[in-house]
Amino acid sequence: MSIDIETARKVAHLARIKVDEDHLPALAQEFSNILDFIEQLNEVDVDDVEPMVSVTPMRLKRREDVVTDGGFPEKILANAPDAREGFFAVPKMVE
Amino acid sequence: MSDLNKLTIAEARDALAKGDVTAVELTEACLGAIDAAGALNAFVHNTPEIAHAQAEAADERLKAGEKVSAMTGIPLGIKDLFCTKGVASQAASRILEGFKPEYESTVTTNLFDAGAVMLGKLNMDEFAMGSSNETSVYGDAVNPWKVDGRKLTPGGSSGGSASAVAADLCLAATGTDTGGSIRQPAALTGITGLKPTYGRVSRWGIVAFASSLDQAGPMTKSVRDAAIMLGAMAGHDPKDSTSAAIAVPDFEAALTGDIKGKVIGIPREYHIDGTPAEIEKLWDDGKAMLADAGARVIDISLPHTKYALPTYYVIAPAEASSNLARYDGVRYGRRAKLGAGDGITEMYEKTRAEGFGAEVQRRVMVGTYVLSAGFYDAYYNRARKVRSLIKRDFDDAFAQGVDAILTPATPSAAFGLGEMADADPVEMYLNDVFTVTVNLAGLPGIAVPAGLDAKGLPLGLQLIGRPWEEGDLLNVAYALEGAAGFVSKPGKWW
Repeated sequence: MSIDIETARKVAHLARIKVDEDHLPALAQEFSNILDFIEQLNEVDVDDVEPMVSVTPMRLKRREDVVTDGGFPEKILANAPDAREGFFAVPKMVE
Repeated sequence: MSDLNKLTIAEARDALAKGDVTAVELTEACLGAIDAAGALNAFVHNTPEIAHAQAEAADERLKAGEKVSAMTGIPLGIKDLFCTKGVASQAASRILEGFKPEYESTVTTNLFDAGAVMLGKLNMDEFAMGSSNETSVYGDAVNPWKVDGRKLTPGGSSGGSASAVAADLCLAATGTDTGGSIRQPAALTGITGLKPTYGRVSRWGIVAFASSLDQAGPMTKSVRDAAIMLGAMAGHDPKDSTSAAIAVPDFEAALTGDIKGKVIGIPREYHIDGTPAEIEKLWDDGKAMLADAGARVIDISLPHTKYALPTYYVIAPAEASSNLARYDGVRYGRRAKLGAGDGITEMYEKTRAEGFGAEVQRRVMVGTYVLSAGFYDAYYNRARKVRSLIKRDFDDAFAQGVDAILTPATPSAAFGLGEMADADPVEMYLNDVFTVTVNLAGLPGIAVPAGLDAKGLPLGLQLIGRPWEEGDLLNVAYALEGAAGFVSKPGKWW
């Protein structure tokens, strides 16, 4: 499957990665090569095959929906590039 | 005793128990070796203060005559993918620059509780995506094995771990394996690397790449050491919902070397066009060694093998694109400098563009594409179905009575750093052709050094075991190790 430049641009935006305009053709070509490789999977008969959910047949464990941890906002914020007054700070989102 | 850094875990344990050495002496020998090995670029954050404190604590426990774990006082390197409290944990990525976790991963907690000593953090491919340790923000890790004056890759993604163990900078190291990232570098550096059954070792506190495939394991100088170290790493952890509530047996006790009557499967689909004759010969030698030891070697078929790599390159990028969405420049790590008028979307896009390297960006975007509306069924769901078939192949082989499967570990010996720079990404992916099936099926697999190629570089064989039967697998590996008698070490040039 061939990926065009418009699709490459759209995927980059969905992934929230800025890609320079002049790099888009090379990126589209790389995607196309990888997808060509992946398309081998179309040869496989997967009728009546269940998609794998868990590699070991194991029920996902459940627990009570209660607070088990917390109460240390300063630790949560310790690695933030910008934290103020007990909050993560980000650029203005709403005009 | 001299050259304490060259000891195995088992040798060091016995020497510590007898009082012939102290944990501090072992640690100092390793720290000295690390200081002299800058050219390998294996250790990227050294933690000598922590190492000294842990070694002194270990010596006190030993001196008090406490009943201690075999890991007490053993100096280790820790892959940068593990979160270590107060110590840089960057997954070899620019986007986690400056990140110092406020918590400790379950694996490192278990190791430290057992008395192990952390020497520092080890180089790796960025977010564990790579097979040559060339995608790291720290620069390439270098293989201590060298020919023709070329610098060779130690493999990846756990390249720093492999290089450090092979060069005797530590007694052993932690690794993680999503498609072969423990076994491939172990094979390329002449050491032992074990990927446990999915769920055997907690993933909590390990930076996630592809959560349904990721599994941590030991990288060691011997099969016995792998058994000892796995015992200390493993165990049920309520903080990882996929961690299995299964008792951890004494893996070392399983090492009898007796494999009489064991059935070893040789999958015909692993004969791949273009595999060098040396690798085929090594594989034949391995079969003969196991047969000589009394095992029954039979041909088996794993018919969906050729679809494992394309399946992996849908599932792993899909999971990576979800897992790496958290790196947004808000909660930790690096945030890009913003221009006037830039809003939150520009912040995300610029941060991720300058924080992620080329291979990580490529995989995140491929993952985004295969999960996007309209393609989800065609790619992601189809890959999950093929994954079911790949696992069924192994289930069928084990149901026929196969105890372990023998394959080559890698399609070649170590290649030169930079030599694949112009190759298509898909060519690099072929490095994992023999290892990736094991992750897709959630099985335990181990790489054991088995010989040298014509140039004198190490080659490894892989053994694949039944789920949860690492003890049995390690015992077959122990027999193979004994028969192969691999004792070569790289000549010191660094």
